Amino acid sequence: MAEPMRIRAKLNGDTVEVKVLIRHDMETGKRKDPSGKVIPPHFIKTLIAKCKEKTVLDTVMGISVSKDPFLSFKFKGGALGDKVTVTWVDNTDDTRTDEATIS
Amino acid sequence: MFDSDKKGVQVMDQGRRNALRMVSALGLVCAGSLLGPIRALAGEWQANSFEAKGLANALKELGVDSYTMSSEVSVISAEIAENGAVVPVSVGSAIPNTEYMAILIEKNPNPLSVAFNIPEGTEAAFTTRVKMGETSNILALVKANGKWFAASKEVKVTLGGCGG
Repeated sequence: MAEPMRIRAKLNGDTVEVKVLIRHDMETGKRKDPSGKVIPPHFIKTLIAKCKEKTVLDTVMGISVSKDPFLSFKFKGGALGDKVTVTWVDNTDDTRTDEATIS
Repeated sequence: MFDSDKKGVQVMDQGRRNALRMVSALGLVCAGSLLGPIRALAGEWQANSFEAKGLANALKELGVDSYTMSSEVSVISAEIAENGAVVPVSVGSAIPNTEYMAILIEKNPNPLSVAFNIPEGTEAAFTTRVKMGETSNILALVKANGKWFAASKEVKVTLGGCGG
């Protein structure tokens, strides 16, 4: 089971700034372990952020996003106390959803 | 009497089956209509574009025939990245109606790194961290009003991020 994300959602004027830190190996499938065996790819493919059921970000990722991905973005239409929900799905169909309250 | 009872059960059973069939058909329709919009929204992970080798192929798979370099698109990153495995990069677009942005690392084996579908109300400005195999241009690709724009910035990498 994947570890939780760290999400911050901060209201600044009429804009919400969201920062997401994900714990994920983001293995490329091109590296080898010390015994010379290829380490299988393991990476996040899609990430979707929602606020009040509205999609505020829709992302597709490849293997060249760094390990433990970080992402920040801004959207309008969120208010104090609203929740921002972030969901990712990786290439092994593992998935995780976490949420943060806009502060 | 016993017989007619049995018949009754049979008739009921038939009715139940029909009802069930209808329900499951309805269920499928519902699921279809539910899935539809979600699919349409979620940028589907396209193996072709992510696995494309070389910038020209990656652009082709993304459906980009040509693009215009624009000063309204920005790529912000350090001049020199000591560790190619973690290169912070910010991309932004001031072009109205920017609907899509992608980050491509020109000299990575698979240049396409990450792509954003931008819903209305979300700013066309993102910060993330990418891996770079070697010194390369980072290309920010923007789609707005059906046209493609781009900006690029060279980042020198002293330690590649793709080896083991």
